[in-house]
Amino acid sequence: MTFMSQLASDAAVTNKPSTLPWPMQLAVPVASLITFGTHWLIAQKAPPLETHSYMLLFWEILGVSIILAIAQKFWPPLRKWMRHMWPIFTAAILSFGIWDVITAGMHLLPLPYFPGPATVLRSLISDRGLLFDSTWHSLVLLLSGYILGVIVGLVSGVCIGWSSSVRYWGMPLLKVVGPIPATAWIPLAMVVAPSSIVSAVGLIALAVWFPVTMLTASGISNTRASYLDVARTLGAGRLYLIFRVAIPAAVPNIFIGLFMGLGASFLTLVVAESVGVKSGLGWYVSWAQGWAEYGKVFAALIIMAGFFSTVMTLLFKLRDRVLVWQKGIIKW
Amino acid sequence: MAAASGVRVHKIYKSFPMPDAPSTSRLALGGISFSIAASELASLVGPSGCGKSTLLRLIAGLDVPDSGELLVGTEKIAGPSAERGLVFQDPNLFPWLTVRRNIEAGLAARGVLREKRNEVDEFMRLVGLEAFANGYPHHLSGGMAQRVALARALINHPKVLLLDEPLGALDAFTRMRMQDEVLRLWENRRTTMLLVTHDIDEAIYMSDRILIMTPAPGRIDREIDIDLARPRDRTSDSFLRFRTEILEHLHFAGKVANVPA
Repeated sequence: MTFMSQLASDAAVTNKPSTLPWPMQLAVPVASLITFGTHWLIAQKAPPLETHSYMLLFWEILGVSIILAIAQKFWPPLRKWMRHMWPIFTAAILSFGIWDVITAGMHLLPLPYFPGPATVLRSLISDRGLLFDSTWHSLVLLLSGYILGVIVGLVSGVCIGWSSSVRYWGMPLLKVVGPIPATAWIPLAMVVAPSSIVSAVGLIALAVWFPVTMLTASGISNTRASYLDVARTLGAGRLYLIFRVAIPAAVPNIFIGLFMGLGASFLTLVVAESVGVKSGLGWYVSWAQGWAEYGKVFAALIIMAGFFSTVMTLLFKLRDRVLVWQKGIIKW
Repeated sequence: MAAASGVRVHKIYKSFPMPDAPSTSRLALGGISFSIAASELASLVGPSGCGKSTLLRLIAGLDVPDSGELLVGTEKIAGPSAERGLVFQDPNLFPWLTVRRNIEAGLAARGVLREKRNEVDEFMRLVGLEAFANGYPHHLSGGMAQRVALARALINHPKVLLLDEPLGALDAFTRMRMQDEVLRLWENRRTTMLLVTHDIDEAIYMSDRILIMTPAPGRIDREIDIDLARPRDRTSDSFLRFRTEILEHLHFAGKVANVPA
């Protein structure tokens, strides 16, 4: 993700565009007109379809793209951004049209499982209150579980990585218990935990704990011996060796664990919400499915995509900040 | 920390288990003895595998000898300490710290950074790296990185500075410049220095005394005082005489060597 944007900015630096060619400026408006026109034709054939908000969306896209096309003449950074982004936006808008044709237009996919984009947008708008609420609950649950899992994982990882006696007892436990998918504990967790929220937090934490511990421990125990030797001859005590040498040296590894843990936490969150917890996006999906409201299912999936990728991006940003010293050594 | 101290190495034995047969062991140092005066710059020269680095690690306190006595001044060496700085061939700068923070690391490790922060600037100047203060180590050339490593070791005012082939990885020109740099630091601070090298010219150019080591097991074979005035001329007759003497001693002069490589 970051790598791609890096690449883009590099490319932008090498060929400074003075103007944006007409085809590039027109691609997005034309694509939205095509998609819009297709939808209009489909809507003519199927009158009961409520498409007002979808139509409105296209007027907005059209409007914004025209405004941007004008604004880029006066603002070079925007021009660079548009030069880079126009193909992906064009493709995205056209793919909405294709989706529309396949579903609402030609009924190639069975209803009600595959609604058209207009239906999904309508669900998104009409159910926004509940969707927002679900997203909020998911966020709180995700963060509580993730942060708990990371803290416990870092502590246990550092202990296992640093002390050979902790490693002797901890490593077998980690190797046996760790690979069990957190979701497999659900039946047990529901019995043991006082509430479904607590059990979900625990499960997410467990899912995060394993990769974070594993990667932290290996990072710590693989600290270059010469860094530790140098620090010792500088008069470092144990705390300095652990916190100022071994842990910083392990940070690149720790971040791999954090990313793996984040992926595992998304999975566990959605599963835990759909089987136990009575709130959140996972719950919303299975609830909407129960009512056969697939427009809402897709709406929730879209929210999830945005939500999870935002969280992932934030972790990437954090990594870029913390590992700024690696810039120029490693290509991410 | 106090002024420079001498080092006394007395009948040190150290063996290591053989990697392929852990029950047997190889004697790396067989009763080695020598001493270095306070403020002296001595070199250990010898073929690779003769136990030079092992000896340096013992003096640094990173390893423990099987038997024998190691003294700095009058104190027994009981483990690593900021009194005995160590610089390796690889600068081993902490890549996650800026140049300035690397130099500060010695103070931070001892927990005296707050009181002594003003000294950092002095050491940055001493090694001429003010301009790179906020850069990260991977932006530095080999010579610059090694200067940072020297400053990092010297900021604790060690009584002894141990140098394990510190210039071994540098190109010939940088290397000669850095030899002068180290000499300047030494003349400036009069820290006792023990330099491990297998560059005979470097040893003659820099040291007050050269200790020639032979392997299997490692011991001091010969000591040569280099009584030339500094700065030394690498092309002078007396310099070359020392060179010949050492090469002959190591059986590398003219005739084919009959010592194990």
